[in-house]
Amino acid sequence: MAEVEIVSVSKAFGKTQALSDLSLTIGDGEFVALLGPTGAGKTTALRLIAGLEQPDSGSIRIDGRDVTADAPADRDVAFVFQQYSLYPHLSVFENMAFALRAPTRRVPEADIRTKVQEVARLLHIETKLDNKATQLSGGQMQRVAIGRALVRSPSIYLMDEPLSSLDAKLRGELRLELKRIQVDLGATILYVTHDQTEAMTMASRIGVIEGGRLLQIGSPREIYENPINAHVAARLGQPAINLLPAALFGRAPVGAEMVGARTEHLTIARGGGDVSATVKRVEHLGDQSHLHLDLAGRPVVTLADPEAGFGAGDVVSLRLNKPLFFDANGWRVAA
Amino acid sequence: MAQIKVEALDKSFGSFHAVKSASFTVEDGQFLCLLGPSGCGKTTTLRMIAGLELPTAGTIRLDGEDVTMNRASARDIAFVFQLFALYPHMNVRRNIGFPLKCEGIGAAERDRRVVEAARILRISHLLDRSVSGLAGGDRQRVALGRAIVRKPKCFLMDEPLGALDTEMREAMIHELRALHDRLGATTVYVTHDQLEAMAMADRIAVMNNGVVEQVASPRDIYDRPASLFVADFIGSPPMNFLPFRGGLQTGAEAIRLGERDVAIPAAREAMAETELVLGVRPEHVRFTDRGMVRGEIYGTEYLGTTQIVTVTTSYGALKARSPSSRSFRTGETVGLDFRPDTLSIFDKASGRAIRTALHEGVVHG
Repeated sequence: MAEVEIVSVSKAFGKTQALSDLSLTIGDGEFVALLGPTGAGKTTALRLIAGLEQPDSGSIRIDGRDVTADAPADRDVAFVFQQYSLYPHLSVFENMAFALRAPTRRVPEADIRTKVQEVARLLHIETKLDNKATQLSGGQMQRVAIGRALVRSPSIYLMDEPLSSLDAKLRGELRLELKRIQVDLGATILYVTHDQTEAMTMASRIGVIEGGRLLQIGSPREIYENPINAHVAARLGQPAINLLPAALFGRAPVGAEMVGARTEHLTIARGGGDVSATVKRVEHLGDQSHLHLDLAGRPVVTLADPEAGFGAGDVVSLRLNKPLFFDANGWRVAA
Repeated sequence: MAQIKVEALDKSFGSFHAVKSASFTVEDGQFLCLLGPSGCGKTTTLRMIAGLELPTAGTIRLDGEDVTMNRASARDIAFVFQLFALYPHMNVRRNIGFPLKCEGIGAAERDRRVVEAARILRISHLLDRSVSGLAGGDRQRVALGRAIVRKPKCFLMDEPLGALDTEMREAMIHELRALHDRLGATTVYVTHDQLEAMAMADRIAVMNNGVVEQVASPRDIYDRPASLFVADFIGSPPMNFLPFRGGLQTGAEAIRLGERDVAIPAAREAMAETELVLGVRPEHVRFTDRGMVRGEIYGTEYLGTTQIVTVTTSYGALKARSPSSRSFRTGETVGLDFRPDTLSIFDKASGRAIRTALHEGVVHG
């Protein structure tokens, strides 16, 4: 494993600027997630590190060495794609061993066997090694695809939404497993996703990316609690942060246009108060209820204890504990 | 508007029994979700209500009238598909108005209704745009416009948000529910996404292997699952299951789990000694040193407002939801106990929930 640095990288495809001056360091043994919507430039960043694309400017360094001009095969990276493509005619074992059998690597057969079995155990597919790759469920196939990368010990694992084709349940299980495996192996991972839950639960640091620019990078907690702008604030949190006129809950600092109210910072009490709202709808999501409120004509969504017994038409008062203020351009203003 | 009544509906495709004696009623103006994994028979059930498939047995009543053998076009329903096909050579206005044109409705009336539908869906500004340049969400709004412009008795929707990405889907969930509240049309909505169903439905019918396992409000489905399958399918993360061997007497208020007694809602039926399963929702697991189950922290997942804590125990991995302010160390030993009044007990062999005081609570929704 090694430290990987992206230094001021820009990349355009025709008129589309995919990445603008991106700088990012992934420390040795670190799990960094790039979080952003479709078209934000996340996959381009991965492909540049892998050498599948060439940057227009800037450089890529792996373990201190400039690899910008190196061919993909010389960079010692392992890529896991969103769509797993396994060799259908080969067994699970042979699929996983494939990369180790490359003529340039010359790994002894006994070592291959040991390594594949070890990784298969980590991924809970050790009993499937003799199966044809096509005799597996979708979740198992994706684990084989991840396993194929894990048998190698590259400088960095590059993962492009590897869980997005799986169903919700399996995704939940693999999230925890992947994180555990990363810690056990001390692996360096750059993981690309548009799913905030994946980024929050697995990454040691999250880079929020939008329109080819890195907006903020930090630990999940830093990004959640201390977003630099309204866009980042809205990317994380379920239900999403409520963005409202700055003075709605009382005095706002100079320059503040909007106030962001996270659901856990809103205290709801029965009956009207300084800030009154009307319950429009209650969504029972099981472990928690979402209250949809009308606050001076603006929609506000907040959490309530399922046993609180709020119903449509109830009038409630709201208090905001930790306001996050933003200026007219969405940038944070100190409270 | 209309009531839909499905009675003992059966459908076989050759030797494959897709739907097995499904019965449920959708009241006038209600939003019902048919929820289940792929292959459970939910889409087949929907297509039978629409008249796109004929049932092998059973009846379908629309407002009391038996329509089981009626053609789809004679049922006055609108179907919204997952893959919405819009006419690429027509603009938004003509796409929405097309069903009315087919019905021979005059241009003036047609335009009035298209404008009305566009206003409801908030796409008035797009009416003269070509559909080919539209974003996914707007294309789905146009597809919905084509359904609502006909003012049908009911809407049938087959995973209409399945093709959209996460963020757009969340926005559309609220939009669709708000649209339903404005129109008040009876709606049957098929999805495999439990969060979608929980967020939108008045009632949910959970299907598994062609069988309707439970029909109830989202709250009841979550708090009082009728079977192991329902308890496992609903909830993220799903309910924890602790297998144990034991019997129950009517009125019993505890079970024996290992060396300890665990308080449960009072049993309302007796069970001879057999394999049972204790069901605990992650938010009802509490950390306490005096806990009845001990385990080791396997990992935590930070979610902002809360965190999911996975604990390895002799009953397998258990998941707990805890405020994110509390910190846990991997490998740390912890004690767990469970909130007694919320627990479910299942018969392992049949998967059926055993009747307890839990099922006598207030009926919600």
